[in-house]
Amino acid sequence: MKYELVIGLETHVELSTESKIFCSCGGHAAADEPNDCVCPACCGMPGMLPVMNKRVVELAVTAGLMLNCHINRYTTFDKKNYYYPDLPCAYQITQLNHPICTDGCVTVKTSEGSRDIRIKQIHMEEDAGKLVHEGNSSYVDFNRTSVPLIEIVTQPDFRSAEEVVTYLAKLRSMFRSGGISECQEGAMRCDVNISVRPEGSEEFGVRTEIKNMSSFEAIERAIRYEAQRHMDALEFELEELVQETRRFDEVSGKTFAMRNKETEADYRYFPDANLMPIIIDDEWLEQIKANKPVAVDEKAEDYRAAGIVEKDIATLLSDHKISRLLDDTVALGCDAKTAASWILTDCAGILRKDGKSFDDLVVTPEKLATIIKMVEDGTINRGAGKKVLIAVVEQDVDPVAFCKEQGLDRKVDTAMIDEVIDRVIAENPKAVEDFRGGKAKALQALFGACMRELKGAGDPAMIKEKLEAKLA
Amino acid sequence: MSNYTVLLSENGTVAVDDTLLVKGAEAKAGSRMLEGFKPLFSAEAVTRLEKAGYTMHSKTHVGEFGLDLVGEFSNDCKQTGALRGAAASLVADGTVKAALAVDVNGAPRRAAMLEGVSFLKPTYGTVSRYGVISTAASGEQVGVYAKTADGIAEVMRVIAGHDGKDGTSLPAERYEYVTDAPAGGKRVAVVKELLDKADDAAKANVNAYADALRAKGVTVEEIRVSLTDAAAVAWQILMTAETCNNVSRYDGVKFGHRAENYKTIDELYVNSRTEGFNFLTKAVILYGSDVLSKTRYKACYDKSLRVRRVAAEAMNALFAQYDAVLTPVASVTGFEAYDIHEAFDKVFKESVFTAIPNLVGIPALVSGGVQLMGKAFDESVLLSLAAAVEKEG
Repeated sequence: MKYELVIGLETHVELSTESKIFCSCGGHAAADEPNDCVCPACCGMPGMLPVMNKRVVELAVTAGLMLNCHINRYTTFDKKNYYYPDLPCAYQITQLNHPICTDGCVTVKTSEGSRDIRIKQIHMEEDAGKLVHEGNSSYVDFNRTSVPLIEIVTQPDFRSAEEVVTYLAKLRSMFRSGGISECQEGAMRCDVNISVRPEGSEEFGVRTEIKNMSSFEAIERAIRYEAQRHMDALEFELEELVQETRRFDEVSGKTFAMRNKETEADYRYFPDANLMPIIIDDEWLEQIKANKPVAVDEKAEDYRAAGIVEKDIATLLSDHKISRLLDDTVALGCDAKTAASWILTDCAGILRKDGKSFDDLVVTPEKLATIIKMVEDGTINRGAGKKVLIAVVEQDVDPVAFCKEQGLDRKVDTAMIDEVIDRVIAENPKAVEDFRGGKAKALQALFGACMRELKGAGDPAMIKEKLEAKLA
Repeated sequence: MSNYTVLLSENGTVAVDDTLLVKGAEAKAGSRMLEGFKPLFSAEAVTRLEKAGYTMHSKTHVGEFGLDLVGEFSNDCKQTGALRGAAASLVADGTVKAALAVDVNGAPRRAAMLEGVSFLKPTYGTVSRYGVISTAASGEQVGVYAKTADGIAEVMRVIAGHDGKDGTSLPAERYEYVTDAPAGGKRVAVVKELLDKADDAAKANVNAYADALRAKGVTVEEIRVSLTDAAAVAWQILMTAETCNNVSRYDGVKFGHRAENYKTIDELYVNSRTEGFNFLTKAVILYGSDVLSKTRYKACYDKSLRVRRVAAEAMNALFAQYDAVLTPVASVTGFEAYDIHEAFDKVFKESVFTAIPNLVGIPALVSGGVQLMGKAFDESVLLSLAAAVEKEG
């Protein structure tokens, strides 16, 4: 049987800030000795309160903009409870209920083609410390405690290990060029959720999660191993797949089940009363947008190559719905620049006139492509095309039926056109005589009468030709 | 020191209860769990007092994490006979002129009642919580004991105001605390539901206070407030949940008490905490842990947050008609020593009188053995009413 791989990723990225997320400890990236870069706050001593580092919010929003996310203007922190010696307060401050960014999308291009990976959410959180084991003893190093992280969670949209690695490389290049993270060794860590299903099936298979990997090579090997394990299990029924957390061993190249206890933990999440909700107002968001560095984005490159102007590229990249509409319309065989103009000039104009925005746009790529093609093959003219578009945007009509109904179709049957022309000639003997007598202007009057009778249907050039032929 | 003579009538010494940090002084919050813990910094309220020329006289013992009635279950002090509050006692006998204490579930208010002194739990966010050994962050607040309303106002003027080190600190740099606003014409409501829960002596206190207010030209009326029980339950849920979370950092790994016998990290946690916490704290941890669990969260914690919002709206509506609310501080006017296994229920029973100010953040003043609650930032109204009655006696 042929199988399809389904993968979702959770990626933790350490942010490049001067200080930690809730205290003013700095220089954690370059600390020499264990516990060199700690203060009463990040070691969990009583009496200290977390104070939000504004820069973390700005970098998280910038990352969200780069991944075409919706930026939530109201964002809050929650506490996640669990005991581990590297977690000094026995809770991690993270975001559960109101994450800072949601609903983004990023396109990955591989040898298999290009695929849109939907971003479920991006949230801010603090990192934990580190344990060092020596002989019979374990030592705690809090240098990394409270270092700011963003966690980027995707939908289960990946279908191959190659797509995963391409996505990660793209994030890394964006975040480096965007000043969000240096993404050095260990600063980008991934949890991979993986399942396998028979090709064509809509249902997800049993999912396993491989935790905490940081090298791309390891991630790729782990996915290939785990995918094979799943397929073998389904094919030969040698083992039963269970939903569990696994760890990848780089030496043997295999994955192993971790203690099952972990998947059943109740983290008792609840809102952190020490941190007030953060409100991102228009002014702050505009400031962050203005400071956002231009990141390498292949999609922008594609649009540029298609001849779309920079202003329109910016609009398209900031609105995933619209860029998706464009991409899908292009996929139906339309020219990118032409389709972009239909969307960003014509649709936008109609919406503006009705006091609406792109959020309200209901045009499907199929309908838009139909209109564009009818204009291109001469079935209707550009002006009629606009009329059809208005009807589609405002009343969601079927474009082909609408043209017929309104007589906009220039390819009406020629017998009907002949009939109209004959009638006009019969009803206007004076004009016919004038024309035949050498008055060129009279032809214009007859032509106008024909067009009026035809209510704009039919190709004007063809009608004029026929009229002249009949008068000759 | 130039300003010494104007401070607390020539005796600028202040006691600090042990849920507040004073740099270098062992801070245990009454718990064996924090044995030997010496903080590296002082609480913001302490620092502000020191900067203004006050002297810290002593740390006073509190019940473990301030969770009991008045400090009876402290690792530093065994309860006997009639219960008293340590910081309140020092103020009552004149050893110090004022004391700072953290009010998380009414303990300092009950202690003030027992000792016949005054205590103000200010509006949430007006005094920095930096340096508080925190239990319930969303409702705890640093307050002040003194013999009189004037004494409280003097200290509040020093310690209140914005502090960037506390994310819940409100933006105002300064607050005014006056005690001489005219009492005549003010309207005060007595809550019938709470009066009904009090014994005769506590009732008599409230009635005598109401009469004293009337003598000053204050209108006092009895009203019904239906949400007192719901507010107490909501605060018990929020308070225990937050406390469970905040004391989870006391795990024997970093500082404080560590068990001698353990083989694994789980044993280190379990043994250290089993030995370090008293029965009441353990009960609070278990209750708080339960209300936060996946299966209970919606019905308990989430619902309590909604009760908090409803209660805040109801109190606002009440304060549109009245300047203050008068209630008993507790069901009785004195407590006897009792067994710790009864503590959780006993404290909950008494918290019905004190929970609303913690739940919704409004100020509460204990004076003359009764409690006055006011609208947020209306401390001056409460202090002026109390000052008027003080002058009567």
